[in-house]
Amino acid sequence: MKYNLGSWAVCANLGERQTRLIVEKFDVVIVGAGPAGVTAAYLLAQAGFTVVVIERGQEPGSKNVSGGLIYAQIYEEIFPKFWEEAPVERAIAGHSVVFLGETSATAMDFRDQAVEPPYNAFSVLRAKFDPWLAAQAEEAGAMVMPGFTVDDLLIENGRVCGVKAGGDELYADVVIVAEGTRSQLLKQAGLRDDFQPKDVSIGIKEVIQLPEQTITDRFQCLTAEEGAAYTLVGHTAGAEGGGFIYTNRDTLSLGVVAKIDSVYKSKKQPHEILNEFKSHPFVARLIHGGEVVEYSAQTVHRGGFHLIPQLYGDGYVVVGSAARLLLNNVMTLRGMDVAVASAAAAAKAVIDAKEKDDFSAAGLASYEQHFKKTSVYKDMQTFKDVYPLLENKRLFNAYPEMVCAIMEDMFSVGTQPGKKGYRALRDQMKENDISFWEMAKDLYQIGKGVAI
Amino acid sequence: MTLNQMSLDDLLGLDRYDIDDQSHISIDHSRCELCALKPCLTVCPAAVYVWADEKVAVRYENCLECGTCTVACEGGGEGGIDWRPPRGGFGINFRYG
Repeated sequence: MKYNLGSWAVCANLGERQTRLIVEKFDVVIVGAGPAGVTAAYLLAQAGFTVVVIERGQEPGSKNVSGGLIYAQIYEEIFPKFWEEAPVERAIAGHSVVFLGETSATAMDFRDQAVEPPYNAFSVLRAKFDPWLAAQAEEAGAMVMPGFTVDDLLIENGRVCGVKAGGDELYADVVIVAEGTRSQLLKQAGLRDDFQPKDVSIGIKEVIQLPEQTITDRFQCLTAEEGAAYTLVGHTAGAEGGGFIYTNRDTLSLGVVAKIDSVYKSKKQPHEILNEFKSHPFVARLIHGGEVVEYSAQTVHRGGFHLIPQLYGDGYVVVGSAARLLLNNVMTLRGMDVAVASAAAAAKAVIDAKEKDDFSAAGLASYEQHFKKTSVYKDMQTFKDVYPLLENKRLFNAYPEMVCAIMEDMFSVGTQPGKKGYRALRDQMKENDISFWEMAKDLYQIGKGVAI
Repeated sequence: MTLNQMSLDDLLGLDRYDIDDQSHISIDHSRCELCALKPCLTVCPAAVYVWADEKVAVRYENCLECGTCTVACEGGGEGGIDWRPPRGGFGINFRYG
């Protein structure tokens, strides 16, 4: 491990948890060793900057929770053929969207041929994946310091000039805030607005162990390298959101993501919502025989341009989830590739700033231009009309039920006379108290958000 | 035990923590008194916040550090929760994530 530290000395007293950093100044201090922070560290260390990444977990990844899919394209740009070495779980070959009724389910499956490079997406477990990513930054010359909590941003004359951590002050030309969804430091420094419970979701997750071969067979994969991703809507105990099931090598990542205000309005505790979701026969079949090995939770921003805070200021830039950057198109939530794209754009801006020797807001302003050129940003623009959909309660409860009820009508033979599709739909609308006008509006909203 | 009957204590028992002897969460009870909704009692996935002796009690050792309580309290409550990250290395320690 080589550090680009020049004459800076680092003294670690590992006997006590509070290691002391005796370093006067780095070019760049990065808060958080998730994908955003580490990508910025990797690119800036490569460009010759002295970089330190401060991470509050015992190891990178030990505080991190994701649903668990990374979309590969942006990672491939920065870490070519990362899948050959990185501890990814399975390459995603199939995506399914499932509407859950009371006990029934209607699924729509997308399958491609056997997956091959360049891959589209992988399932990952953060406690394994993040240390690998951090090691890439270290190899490039960045210093990664786990086990430290940054207590505050250091602000002098209205300018961020470093961080306070473990009683020490660490100065830098620029601080990259990559602290994740909570944005604690920005909050303490008064650099962001309060979050509203309708704009943030809680993700509740279990990792469920099953034999590797069982997962391969049950999710119709050809090999243990191949995996599937399920997005499920409905049966979330009244909470507005959806579920996911992703295949890892010998575990499944299962969870529910639901808007925080809808959780407390539902009067159900998060683990009760998760239990209700797991009790659905469709879900129960997929996890049958499995053993839960970890329970976790994480907040997830809703995404949307109007919620993004100021991305940079005098002496600092904000990247990844700390900047509430997320791509939400209802069926997929993309955080970990948006994080990397924003960090790469921020790294370019820091390089620009260095050339001008101006780390003020004006000097760092090219961050926004670089970010706007990324494919991730363009995708965010494409799906900008999706957000009204997320406010639509019928999408999470009534419609999944209706789809399943109509399918049931079509397939069931009983003493009642059968119904054609339209008649079944009309009956369902009546039962769920949905007018033609509301239905037309919702279809328009869905069309505008995700289809047209 | 079937999969879908796990209690919260069972679930939390699966997780690894390195528990600090000091709490990283403090409560301003005067604000909680103004809070009719008390969303923290519902939304926390680890039930860190419980109603005991007519006030909000905190079981910080169970905290999953997800951030849900602060969002609910900032925007849905009265801001009585002061949540800070645990000291470096302490708190939840995910093995899968």
